[in-house]
Amino acid sequence: MPYNLVVLVKQVPDTKRITGDAMRDDGTVNRGALPAIFNPEDLYALELALELRERYGGRVTVITMGPPQACQVLRDSLERGADDVVLITDRRAAASDTLATSYILSCAVRKVGQEAPVDLVLCGRQAIDGDTAQVPPQTAEKLGLPQVTYVESVEEIAGGRLRAKRNTGRGWERVEAPMPCLLTVTDQGPEPRPASAKRIMAIKRARSRAELQGEVAAAMPGATPEAVAAEVEKRAAALAARGLLIPQWTLDDIRADLQWCGRDGSPTKVKRIQSVILKGSGFKKVEPTKEAVADMVHELIEDHTIG
Amino acid sequence: MTEPNRKGDVWVIAEQNDGQLHDVSLELLSKGRQLADTLGVRLAAVLLGAKVQEHAQRLVQHGADAVLAGEDNRLGHYQTNPFAKVVAGLVQKHRPQIVIFGATPVGRDLAPRVASAVRAGLTADCTDLDIGEHVEAHTNRKYERLLYQIRPAFGGNIIATIVNPERWPQMATVREGVMRMPDADAKRRGQIMRFTPDLAASDFALKILEHQSAVRKVNLKAARIIVAGGAGVGGKENFRLVWDLANALGAAAGASRAAVDAGWIDKDHQVGQTGTTVRPALYIAIGISGAVQHRAGMSEAQKIVAINADPKAPIFSVAHYGIVGDLNRVIPMMIDAIKKRV
Repeated sequence: MPYNLVVLVKQVPDTKRITGDAMRDDGTVNRGALPAIFNPEDLYALELALELRERYGGRVTVITMGPPQACQVLRDSLERGADDVVLITDRRAAASDTLATSYILSCAVRKVGQEAPVDLVLCGRQAIDGDTAQVPPQTAEKLGLPQVTYVESVEEIAGGRLRAKRNTGRGWERVEAPMPCLLTVTDQGPEPRPASAKRIMAIKRARSRAELQGEVAAAMPGATPEAVAAEVEKRAAALAARGLLIPQWTLDDIRADLQWCGRDGSPTKVKRIQSVILKGSGFKKVEPTKEAVADMVHELIEDHTIG
Repeated sequence: MTEPNRKGDVWVIAEQNDGQLHDVSLELLSKGRQLADTLGVRLAAVLLGAKVQEHAQRLVQHGADAVLAGEDNRLGHYQTNPFAKVVAGLVQKHRPQIVIFGATPVGRDLAPRVASAVRAGLTADCTDLDIGEHVEAHTNRKYERLLYQIRPAFGGNIIATIVNPERWPQMATVREGVMRMPDADAKRRGQIMRFTPDLAASDFALKILEHQSAVRKVNLKAARIIVAGGAGVGGKENFRLVWDLANALGAAAGASRAAVDAGWIDKDHQVGQTGTTVRPALYIAIGISGAVQHRAGMSEAQKIVAINADPKAPIFSVAHYGIVGDLNRVIPMMIDAIKKRV
């Protein structure tokens, strides 16, 4: 039986490659100085969805919310085999905390479900920029779906129920959940496949209107807004004819109630950000000699740290 | 849930796994006690399980003024929906001002579900909590006595302080091992309010077919001394040196993520943001460069000795003693010195 699978993904700054350049003097992060990547665990969620589609048939729709450049993770998803992708982009969604983000994503999943009911929502366990792991359970709650977090594998889907193995931190659990449900997938899931070279050639030109807008505006300096808009429409129509126009939804398109979105919809506020300051108080340098090491051990015994 | 309830209690959501009370619940009580005393309100714990009486008493002895103890045979093993339903229902009924959970796999599964149900803000993985005032930049409005939710973000490169000025309760998950465990006071008295949660069969959406808990082989949190090795140790064979030094000191062996990922030592030994947070009397870091994720898990140690071939390794920034040198030579020297003096 084919399943309608929705994967929620995020483009994140590569926090593992953070350097001093990425931190501003005021302690805030200069996201522009870091490469933007596909959130690692979201790739595992996508892979699991693609494997389930291969086993049972169905469609894989990938949704991301973000600025126009977040389309890169959608192209990446198409190259790896996703059937459909959607960009949720809207200035009014800026400054959303996890609660507001989950509300917006739940509205988007509902809209996907209007065409055909959604059977399964898959998410990475957490995103490396915030490490909160909150958005998936909050999205599940808003959609009224059961959640299975920290999934490592899906054994079987049968009779409207899904069997999965999840990591409980202290061990593991095999659970059976009714469908539809939401899963969060860890990096112990199936290894993400690389993008197919053939698909890369086909898809690298795919764009959303928001991206076209930026590209056209840059290519036509001094042009009137009308001229830019006309050119965007022309390019969008050409892409659409070849199936390469990435759909883009606003908060209005997904019928989101604005009071639950963006800054207004976010109960949490950032009071202060500090970059992590190294203690820098200086340490006692011990030479790698027998005598110096013995002296250090002696000091640690003297102050009762050892013994 | 929108209106702040200034008279509301401070709540700790206790966690028990198959009958065992989780240490983090007791750690949260020590911080919860401070917060409640600062605010002049009660500290209450919520405990759900198949059996609750004995653990409810322990929660009182560790600082709770009251325990809301929900008992149901079906709650012996955690699953999301019924736990979230009961906790969200209690929050809506009693309107606590602060609700804290352990940032364990269970807490991180449960807390967002509850927060979404009551439409409250939630901050993940806090390493500290405090009470203070806040002026909202956009409105210039001043708020008194808010919960400061302090957490590392951006891969540990920044520390953020989060507040929930207007929509309460103020909810947070708190990392294990970062708060001190309070001592039990057998004389402490508190109110234990037992109740039977209103749960239908349909609330148990999941069927747990099978589960297995691996017993942790090491208890790093309880160790007075930890000797930890990282990528610089070079190989599984060479990791022997870490064990040798640990044995000479009667210490526990720890490791950085790199050493665990390389398969030199079991994950139970991992110290750091994704492993265990420790605060021993002495932490000896061998061949650990000291990525911020690792430092987040050990920088609270009272004394830190770093041994590394690279004089620029960030681990030295938190060290009290630093030895730049070859660990193959330095560790035998240390073992020798320890054996001679002790």
